[in-house]
Amino acid sequence: MNLLTNIISGLSLGSVYAIIALGYTMVYGISKMLNFAHGDVIMIGGYMSFVMTMYMGLNGWLALLVAIFICTALGITIERLAYRPLRGTGSLAVLITAIGVSYFLQNIALLIWGANPKMFTSLFKGMKPIHAANGQLTITPESLFTILANIIIMVLLTLFVNKTKAGKAMRAVSEDNGAAQLMGINVNQSISLTFAIGSGLAAVAGVLMLSAYPVLMPTTGAMPGIKAFTAAVFGGIGSIPGAMIGGLILGIIEIFSRAYISTELSDAIVFACLIIVLLVKPTGLLGKKVSEKV
Amino acid sequence: MAEKLLKIKKINTRGFKNLVRGNDYRKEATISYAILVGGYLVLQLLTAAGLIGHNLQGQFVPICVYISLAVSLNLVVGISGELSLGHAGFMAVGAFSGILMSRILGNGMSFEPLIIIISMLFGALMAALAGFIIGIPILGLRGDYLAIVTLAFGEIIRNFMNVLYFGLDDGKLRFAFNHTIDGIDNNERIITGAIGATGTKTMATFTWGLLLCLFTVFVVLNLKNSKQGRAIMSIRDNRIAGESIGLDVRKYKLMAFVVSAALAGMAGCLFGLNYSTLVPVKFNFNTSVLILVFVVLGGVGNIWGGIIAAALLTVLPETFRQFADYRMLTYAIVLIVVMICTYNPAIKARVTGIWAKVNPFKKKRGGDKGKGKKSRKEAA
Amino acid sequence: MKKTWTKVVVVALSCMMAFMLAACGGGGSSDAGDAGAVLLGNTGPLTGPAAIYGNAVKNGGQLAVDEINAANPDGIQLAWQAEDDEADGEKAVNAYNKLMDDGMKVFIGSTTSGSCVAASEKAFEDRVFELTPSASQVAVTEGKDNVFQLCFSDPNQGVAAADWIVANMADAKVGVIYNNASDYSAGIFDKFKAEYEAAGKKLVAVEAFSDDANTDFQAQINSMKNAGADFVFLPIYYTPASNILIQADKIGYAPTFFGVDGMDGILTLEGFDTSLAEGVMLLTPFIATAEDEATQNFVAAYKEAYGEEPNQFAADAYDCVYAVYKAMNEAGLDASASHEEICEALIAQFAGDFTASGVTGAEMQWNEAGEVNKTPNAMVIENGVYVPVK
Repeated sequence: MNLLTNIISGLSLGSVYAIIALGYTMVYGISKMLNFAHGDVIMIGGYMSFVMTMYMGLNGWLALLVAIFICTALGITIERLAYRPLRGTGSLAVLITAIGVSYFLQNIALLIWGANPKMFTSLFKGMKPIHAANGQLTITPESLFTILANIIIMVLLTLFVNKTKAGKAMRAVSEDNGAAQLMGINVNQSISLTFAIGSGLAAVAGVLMLSAYPVLMPTTGAMPGIKAFTAAVFGGIGSIPGAMIGGLILGIIEIFSRAYISTELSDAIVFACLIIVLLVKPTGLLGKKVSEKV
Repeated sequence: MAEKLLKIKKINTRGFKNLVRGNDYRKEATISYAILVGGYLVLQLLTAAGLIGHNLQGQFVPICVYISLAVSLNLVVGISGELSLGHAGFMAVGAFSGILMSRILGNGMSFEPLIIIISMLFGALMAALAGFIIGIPILGLRGDYLAIVTLAFGEIIRNFMNVLYFGLDDGKLRFAFNHTIDGIDNNERIITGAIGATGTKTMATFTWGLLLCLFTVFVVLNLKNSKQGRAIMSIRDNRIAGESIGLDVRKYKLMAFVVSAALAGMAGCLFGLNYSTLVPVKFNFNTSVLILVFVVLGGVGNIWGGIIAAALLTVLPETFRQFADYRMLTYAIVLIVVMICTYNPAIKARVTGIWAKVNPFKKKRGGDKGKGKKSRKEAA
Repeated sequence: MKKTWTKVVVVALSCMMAFMLAACGGGGSSDAGDAGAVLLGNTGPLTGPAAIYGNAVKNGGQLAVDEINAANPDGIQLAWQAEDDEADGEKAVNAYNKLMDDGMKVFIGSTTSGSCVAASEKAFEDRVFELTPSASQVAVTEGKDNVFQLCFSDPNQGVAAADWIVANMADAKVGVIYNNASDYSAGIFDKFKAEYEAAGKKLVAVEAFSDDANTDFQAQINSMKNAGADFVFLPIYYTPASNILIQADKIGYAPTFFGVDGMDGILTLEGFDTSLAEGVMLLTPFIATAEDEATQNFVAAYKEAYGEEPNQFAADAYDCVYAVYKAMNEAGLDASASHEEICEALIAQFAGDFTASGVTGAEMQWNEAGEVNKTPNAMVIENGVYVPVK
């Protein structure tokens, strides 16, 4: 039963990584930049939801909607102000700017909400955990809903990207920015839309993550951000199903190495697995192999 | 990928033009050494005159260390054209092995310069070894995949440092992992997992810092200007063309990577010897990124630009202390604004345009300076 | 060629300007000791993940200084300055040096251990008296005659906890979850384990976590549960501890949790369901809900000034300022004394029979090694408040 419990916690943690990784992977796909501020958008989403529930007395689900809305706006603003002026100047400059944005968000949060951690109230408070197999196996509502949310988001996003006009435009832009522009696609709009979706998902991920692991601090988003980035690379950065698979595998490896090998070295094991995967498949599990032009 | 390296490529074509002209190396070397030695002399004079407070004096050694780290990372990012996010990992290896060596030597030796030199060489050796081990498998990877692997590597090193214990037992070195610490007597521990290295004798001085910087710049510039360096740069610019003329891509990339790691280890060692305590947390992702910021802000591939950026950005957060609570926020805003101003073509052109008008050093050709820059930018 | 040189000159000039700014920022503003006030300096993490501790110390110290100045307009006037060190040794040395530039006379330690070891080295060289509120590592005071701790040292806490468990919970099956990336937690655990095993007992399970992975504790909790531990020692801060309590509750695991001073604060965590902390025990010198007058005054004044409940760090800093002030008066120092004079006089005081009482302990005394001698209280949380263990 222990094994099953661990698999479920792994899947639940992995689902959080997967939803965050989606933001990374979509942004990377369309603008070829590593958006290191993404993790901090999660944190802002968490604080927004916290403020709405604790200070404004909103229902948790309504607060989630507000948080999604605010994070979406934040994502678009960040892209507009900090990243767009640097488009086409190479990813290094944007990378550093993204790090600047990350510092900015963390320190703004510190100034507004202070250094004291806040305990996030679970979105699923009041729901009873499911007990199975004579009480040996416990599934918390948080795990269940996180895994469900992950699946729903993945299906919707795949449909959106493949079936809608805006989604196709996004794919075209990530395939070839210049050609897409020549075909009459509004590149700026597509990129804004990608940031909007990625940041909105970050808010969802933030609320789900904090429901399970409720400590909210200005630096809450940093480490999950890096892990999710690892997950995105694991699955092949730029690929939507890759982000999901990468996230889930990463979550399971992390929980398993903690449960069966060593709690201290779990991160080292996660990162070592990443290196091994990249040695076997240099573009990640589902990454496209890009042939170089001479 | 091509887009990603666009910036690097541009600088580089200029580099090649200069190479053809032949004075590129000498100029870059002169400027770099002049900045280092000049800065050292000025600061020493000011210190002697009592014009510099404790705060700035205390930063002399770290500034040198960061300069050296920026220059060595430039070898990978600028000259070899690979994005590395794990430079702090090599710094950590160098720092902890260097401290270990200094403690072992400190038992029987009292001549500090020798201890420092041996420790730094040992730190460099261990970091080079780490660079070699990690470099062999990963250099087949490209671009951002390499970046994430270096990041992963930095985290792995830090994770391991958290569980590693080193101790001296009657002059014999002992080491252990967390769960078996009982083997080491408490009083003789040198490195204790997350608590890090404590009780280090602080031997680093500004002069050692200067020597470290000079050595690093010397190595990097000479490598850059050698046959091997040109091979590395040609692979960066066009890997396939490089392969087609028979260059061993892996060998050259590995060479840049290992040399860079060794220099980072050396810098890390001096950093370790500057503080009585050193914790593994110091060498996290943020530190790697900090060094990368120096490189990018100084201009990728530009050695003296990196030197100045490293010195300035180390001092900057300290000068912001007057903003109290807003210190790090100010730093973040400055970082974003500076990046946009230096890299956005339109803003850069405007800034250079204004600068050309108010430039106090305006010479005869000053008028067309702004224009010249703009057109070059547009051409690119 | 010319263009590049112009650039170099421009950049070099701006460099010089920045350095000058830095130098002035240091040398110029030594007016902090205005009207002969004695400047007490502190460095701590005011930003970053550990900011909660640094800010608590900053506020606690400020409160004490304000109170003392208001209460004794004719006595020695104090000034308080806390600088950010991001819990990093390098930044702590920078911050310490900045304080020296500003004319610091007494150093009220670095808040976190790692930074404090680095900064104490400088304080030792410069002969500045140091009393750290909360840096509990042994290396902070080791070999430095002018450095004293107001908090328990890590080993003392570990030993005290082990002794207490051996004496009072002889039959408990004890498990430990500690933070191996924190010097505080790892330091306490080391000594705890040694002392506990020296008493012939065995720990049934030991699990660790690191700061980077302090969200999901199910593996550790499951390990405790499977090992049958009914008493879990948590030598960690209250933030991860609250996470552990919540996750243990979710899977229905309810052993007795036992914490150390870092556990204090768990009841005032915003949004935390305190019913989960029911039955948690801790060994701590400071309790915000204590009945004595000094504590109640302190807590009320702190709440009024900063709008939140003080934690142990704030209390430590508060006591530090009062202790230093008392010692200065007893040594007959006045505000014009240099930091070297103050240092020697205060060493004589603290290493002698000087005692100080405060909110974290009555009649605190120090030995020559710099360690404090006070009694920790074993407390248990009942109905959302601390009560002494019967």
